[in-house]
Amino acid sequence: MMGFLWFWLVAVMIVGYVVLDGFDLGVGVLHLFLVRTESDRRATLASIGPVWDGNEVWLLAGGGTLYFAFPLLYASAFSGFYLPLMIVLWLLILRGVSLELRNHIDVGVWRALLDGVFGFASALLTIFYGAALANVIRGVPINADGYFFLPLWTNWQPGVLPGILDWYTVIGGLVALVALTMHGALWLSLKVSGDLEQRARNVVSPLWFILIALTIVSLFATIAVRPASLDNYYHYPVTFFVPVGVIASLAAVQLWNRKRQPLKAFLASCLYLFFMLAGACWGLYPVLLPASTGAANDITLTRAISGPHTLAVGLAWWLVGMALAVGYVVFVYSRFKGKADAHAGGPHASGH
Amino acid sequence: MTAEIIHRLHFAFTITFHYLFPQLTMGLGLLIVVLKTVALRTGSDTWDRAARFWGRIFAINFVFGVVTGIPMEFEFGTNWARFSRVSGGVIGQPLAMEGVFSFFLESAFLGLFLYGEKRISKLMHWFSAVMVWLGSWISGFFIIVTDAWMQHPVSYTRMPDGHFEVISFWQLLMNPWGLLQYMHNMTGAVVTGSFVMAAVGAFYLLEGHRQDYGRIFLKVGVIAGVISSILIIFPTGDLAGKYVAKYQPAAIAAMEGLFKTETGAGIVLMGQPNEETGQIDNPIVVNDVLSFLIYGTTKAEVKGLDQFPQDQWPTALPLLFYAYHIMAGLGTWFVLLMVVAALLLWRGRLFTARWALWALLLSFPLPYIANTAGWMTAELGRQPWLIYGLMRTSEGFSSTVSASNGLFTLIGFMGLYALLGLLFTVLIYREISTGPELNKPAANTVAAD
Repeated sequence: MMGFLWFWLVAVMIVGYVVLDGFDLGVGVLHLFLVRTESDRRATLASIGPVWDGNEVWLLAGGGTLYFAFPLLYASAFSGFYLPLMIVLWLLILRGVSLELRNHIDVGVWRALLDGVFGFASALLTIFYGAALANVIRGVPINADGYFFLPLWTNWQPGVLPGILDWYTVIGGLVALVALTMHGALWLSLKVSGDLEQRARNVVSPLWFILIALTIVSLFATIAVRPASLDNYYHYPVTFFVPVGVIASLAAVQLWNRKRQPLKAFLASCLYLFFMLAGACWGLYPVLLPASTGAANDITLTRAISGPHTLAVGLAWWLVGMALAVGYVVFVYSRFKGKADAHAGGPHASGH
Repeated sequence: MTAEIIHRLHFAFTITFHYLFPQLTMGLGLLIVVLKTVALRTGSDTWDRAARFWGRIFAINFVFGVVTGIPMEFEFGTNWARFSRVSGGVIGQPLAMEGVFSFFLESAFLGLFLYGEKRISKLMHWFSAVMVWLGSWISGFFIIVTDAWMQHPVSYTRMPDGHFEVISFWQLLMNPWGLLQYMHNMTGAVVTGSFVMAAVGAFYLLEGHRQDYGRIFLKVGVIAGVISSILIIFPTGDLAGKYVAKYQPAAIAAMEGLFKTETGAGIVLMGQPNEETGQIDNPIVVNDVLSFLIYGTTKAEVKGLDQFPQDQWPTALPLLFYAYHIMAGLGTWFVLLMVVAALLLWRGRLFTARWALWALLLSFPLPYIANTAGWMTAELGRQPWLIYGLMRTSEGFSSTVSASNGLFTLIGFMGLYALLGLLFTVLIYREISTGPELNKPAANTVAAD
């Protein structure tokens, strides 16, 4: 019971991270293509400026929660995914610093360079996250001690000894890139006005067509790569509402975006991300990290979970802490409700 | 180099660089609250601008602290997997709590403080400053609790498969080691914040620009500086030292360079530890002082390294000795400088005493060195243990991550952090050159403006 609960609590943290940091990653990818004027640029920056590092906190808090609830999984996965995780760290550093520098150094070549780094790091991060999730679904060569070490790629085939990148995980990376870029476009259409708002809205539609194709491909690819993904669904047929929800929320994105209802369209995109991730988690449960070397080496819930006292105490503070955290998040987003103020861009602008 | 050494260096390098930023934000957070409080009570626009100026310095440090902090949490898993696997049930808790209780708070209110001034009331803006400060100090607390359990494990039980579970959550949080270290460490952060603020004030006065701000910075910096510089030695440093002596006697012997057990042990002010001969070369010793500092009497016996098997001596013994002596030596300088500066301030002569302003300006890097040396003392003193007395460092690193992979990413971090250090310097230089009055840029701002 405790295991079931913590499995889903960690999943909630991951969904929180993807939904929130997802839109500012998407804005990072998009701004290279959508921004035309100086005020576009300021508005784009202002739409994520006050919230992006708060969004990134979900990654840290999620990582911490994973660490204490499933220490074996944390130890095994983090050391096994050593190389891609280090690249993710470097990208997160470059991205955060280039975003901050954009607030300060706002001229000529510097600006172009920083915009480029910010966009490039954002795009690569989305691809890495998608590929990471696909790696977890596909499975990794865990040894009898519970450890593994993945090279960046081997023969590009999901098999007993795969690499981080193979055809399946590349699909995962592309789904994440397109899904989060669209998510960012929806956020922009909600937060900015004028021409830029229109351009953001227009870009949703082509992305949407690509995404629906990729989503369907990825669903079938997942079944092909890991047929066991469907076991839980057949066992509890009612849970087929998750894949239905994926398609329905995606349809709602297009519908509401066309009707110029950006808030509803953005929330539908949040739901899409939620259903995709929840669907993947449910396909795995109760396995946390499948072993390509045979089910005996799977890192399962019962194998990885911390002791009952640790989890009981953890639950008490986690609920209090996350209630507070959600309170802050709601408060901050409500303070910055409505269109972002293009002229009150960075922290520099306050006090004029 | 062995994999163990590389994983140690990996963590040591990244955390040393990381801690340059939080030590300033934790200290500055408190000083910004002071500036905001004066601004709110007096309605002074100058103090408000001063607070905003330091808010911008804070923000830059905060971002660099966040981006260099994420690797720290990851490295528990990536580089120290075998340690994480057995300890997650205990120290995973405070690490997760840091994220949940502190980072959400800090980032939310920092966003409001920096971007939301026009959207919230003056009182709410002040409150945001308080919450940012509180968030940074809560974060420090959970990290210290994590470290304290590795230094002085309490309230745990070891399961048959070797992993640890916590017995009492409150005892874990209230680990006396952690409380003492927390007081010492947070005071250290305030020392850094005060020295930096005073140095910028001194810089403005010496330059002859923005003198009204320079005087505010000096006043707040020197008053906070004199209080924190005294507190860092007594009682916080004194108590922390006595606790180390009680629970890690081998560490204190190595820190003090005491190879042989002595009654009425003297304190070595300077010298070079020689591991081969087991003595301090070229020492300058003051008799009886060490016994007095630890036990309150000059005649007490202090255990030397000869009392411990050599495989329990801290590794990197000379480094530990030097780090500790650098910390203690600089701490003494802080008190001297700040007491003199405070006296001058009280007599109304500080703002014209150029030699004192120069001393304050040039001293700003020293708290960074002292804080770093202090952490090196604590962590090198813990060696050869990863969890003191329970797990050796050689048993904790990720066995699947080879030495060369570790070296690759370590060098990657070194290169990236060199770039970060450069960019940080440029940003801070620009903020200080621009000064608190944004619409009146000074003549000497860089061309990129």
